[in-house]
Amino acid sequence: MTNSAKAFRCEHTLRDLRAGLELVHPEAEAALAAHGFDEGAKFAIRLAIEEAVVNAFRHGNRNDPSKLVHYSAYIDDGRASFEVQDEGPGFDPMTIPDPTEDENLEIPSGRGVMLIKAYMTEVEYVPPGNLLRMTFRKPA
Amino acid sequence: MAGSHISVRKTDNMIRIDFIDRNILDEQNIHQIGEEILKVVESEFRPKVVIVFKNVEHMSSAAFGTLMKVNERVKARDGQLRLCQITPRIHEAFVMTRLNRIFSISDTYETAMASFT
Repeated sequence: MTNSAKAFRCEHTLRDLRAGLELVHPEAEAALAAHGFDEGAKFAIRLAIEEAVVNAFRHGNRNDPSKLVHYSAYIDDGRASFEVQDEGPGFDPMTIPDPTEDENLEIPSGRGVMLIKAYMTEVEYVPPGNLLRMTFRKPA
Repeated sequence: MAGSHISVRKTDNMIRIDFIDRNILDEQNIHQIGEEILKVVESEFRPKVVIVFKNVEHMSSAAFGTLMKVNERVKARDGQLRLCQITPRIHEAFVMTRLNRIFSISDTYETAMASFT
């Protein structure tokens, strides 16, 4: 495969949830467009970034303003990969109840991780669980 | 207070709610939207509520949570809630999360209205 544009790479240290998202969303969307990701892929990736960064601030750092979130992205013509790391103690993703099970359907929270897993091609929580690696690969 | 993120039209106990924003992502906005909708819902007994997603392009899991709280509150007032004009991509998220089993989703506002019992 020949690259239509130079691969995009970035690293950011995010101090504030909303300001952080206002930085990373437009940047990722521009890079995804430059590398030919379609609207469906852009929708999926935007949702996954949103959920990952919100979870890092809210659940990982527990809204502690002294804690940071470290975000990096790599986007080329074939894939879009992201790392989101918080400064919390981590968690075991296996302990989150499956929100699609009948007994959990009416619980209003707990769908962020599920949506990330559903929309991204590869998702890994690196122990102790405060580093999320996720990749969207264009279909072959 | 920040400006409203929804528009509300009421005729008796029939309530139509349209989102103004294209993106329902920001937690603070989602909280405000939830409070505004609940205030309208709780002003009626047996409310018949249609939430129109025509303008919405993105929404987060926090928005799903708020919709579920609204649904609970509508049911508690012996009312009915319908969602309509959801884009195919957002509808897919409802299906993935199986929330299409919790909510009554219609293609159009008219079919949503016609589905009230």
